[in-house]
Amino acid sequence: MSDTPLTPAIAQATRKRGLRAGRPGRKRTQGNWRGLPFVLPYLPFLIVFGVLPMIYAITLAFTSTKGKFVGLSNFNKAGGDFRFGDAFAHVFVYTAVWLVALMIFVVGLALMLHSRASKATATFRFLYYMPGALAGAASVLVWLFMLDPAVSPARLLLEHVFGVHFFVEAIAPGHLPYIFAMIAFWTGAGGWIVVLYGALNNIPNELEEAARIDGAGAWTIALRLKLPMIRKWVAYMVILSFATGTQLFVEPQLVNEASLGHVPDTWSANQLAYQLAFRYARFNEAAAISVDLLVIGLIAAVLIVTRTGLFKKDD
Amino acid sequence: MRLTSRGLWYLILVVFALFFVVPILWLVLAPTKVDHALVTSNPLAFGSFHNVVKAWDHLDSYSSHLYRRWIENSLLYAVSATAIVIATAIPAGYGLALGTFRGRKVVLTLTLIVMIMPAAALVLPIFLELNALKLIGNVLSVILPFAFYPFGVYIAYIYYSTSMPRDVLDAARIDGCSEWATFRHISLPLAKPVVALVLFFSFVADWNNFFLPFAVLGTSKQYPIQVGLSDLLSSTPSFNPAVGGGGQTVPIFRPELALATLLAVVPVLIVFVFSQRALVRGLLGGSVKQ
Repeated sequence: MSDTPLTPAIAQATRKRGLRAGRPGRKRTQGNWRGLPFVLPYLPFLIVFGVLPMIYAITLAFTSTKGKFVGLSNFNKAGGDFRFGDAFAHVFVYTAVWLVALMIFVVGLALMLHSRASKATATFRFLYYMPGALAGAASVLVWLFMLDPAVSPARLLLEHVFGVHFFVEAIAPGHLPYIFAMIAFWTGAGGWIVVLYGALNNIPNELEEAARIDGAGAWTIALRLKLPMIRKWVAYMVILSFATGTQLFVEPQLVNEASLGHVPDTWSANQLAYQLAFRYARFNEAAAISVDLLVIGLIAAVLIVTRTGLFKKDD
Repeated sequence: MRLTSRGLWYLILVVFALFFVVPILWLVLAPTKVDHALVTSNPLAFGSFHNVVKAWDHLDSYSSHLYRRWIENSLLYAVSATAIVIATAIPAGYGLALGTFRGRKVVLTLTLIVMIMPAAALVLPIFLELNALKLIGNVLSVILPFAFYPFGVYIAYIYYSTSMPRDVLDAARIDGCSEWATFRHISLPLAKPVVALVLFFSFVADWNNFFLPFAVLGTSKQYPIQVGLSDLLSSTPSFNPAVGGGGQTVPIFRPELALATLLAVVPVLIVFVFSQRALVRGLLGGSVKQ
């Protein structure tokens, strides 16, 4: 369970250092059992908190409270809940806005930073990465302040450009997908910029020089040479962010608490599932929604593993 | 022409830098001012250190030192879970890299899939499972799920399968080392940077996690700081005027809330500083041209 975009970057760096150390693993001919005792202590965790919850959620989703198989009836019931459509619509609008922001700004900034490598670019990368320290509830609190015209350093912007004079106007329901996308972008974009910048650095110098000699300008090099070469990293970012976006929970939960109930506590799909289970004890329908979300996460994970080639499964 | 494109380059990057940094600056400065000054003075002006102390006194006396309790809880959950992660994930990665036993591929694939899946996707299934086991409200229902950290296994596996000099292992075995002694005295010390990486990411992931503890814990005395912050938010009259007159004896206003948010990040920064060397090597692994 890790939401860090840096995973494959770190894995690749680890691997590369290892290979430079000069000893790629020799073919293993002996000791079939040798590694097994070392893996045993980890297995209960993998099973109890990785595999079993999924199996249990799926079982619940397809059975009645009495444990009888009921086909898709829980999915239909949950889907028929008056809050279901809204919750999924909210989450998809939010995810779409966030993905567009990531694709335009993260890719754009990474390419810009890479076009003029200098001391300044390292500083910019660091500044962009800083908000990563304030993930979770902390980032939401920061932005609740930023969106309150009474105290915000962006007061003028809020009042004159967005016409927002009171906090309640700032968090009006129609604004929320954009606000949550902005918060997610604020905390996460820096990490992705570091990742894409690293990927850009792996493009061989010769290619760029050849393109330059052929008369390609900075724009052409960025868009026609560099961008295609970091394609799989961009794909990884988009797929992972899509899956993460659909899981939205903490942001609307906190805004619900700061809004005097203007924003429902069933704003996102995960919130709705949680409330169904927690407040109404409708566990089977809650499981059905969480299976919907689980399937999105699983498809994304499988796509990333099989299509981007960023993760090494076996040698 | 060149000058203007260079100027534009800087302009765009600086505008984004402001977007990323100004909120942090504001947060650092807010506790130095009283609530009223936050509204009236320049948002990025400095108040006084005296106000920070006052804000801390208010925050600390909120619900009889509840804030301290949240920080302690977070430390307890994140540290004990990370200790289990180090004890289980590093050996597991080693074992997966070393052996060719049956089921190895299944373990690797499952680890990889769960690692890439968004963490939140598993929270509700885990909640339902723990609920069926009547473990809701028990601190173990936070610590044990936190202790499952597939990324740690994967990164150790990658490290050992690509950079472990097998001849050294063979030599140790010929000299009479048991499998465990070989791991303990040779393989584990070699993987120090990987241990630091896993330590950092596991700790931060646990520290910042909101959804799981929110779902499985019962009382606010058990909350970790992230959930505590939301509790505090709903007691701040600036965002929730309803609580203003509700018999609240301790003033939790915006400076207190900002200080609470700021202090909640400090442990992450401390762990960052401690694991920095390994981290920078990992983070910037691909960022320097060779």
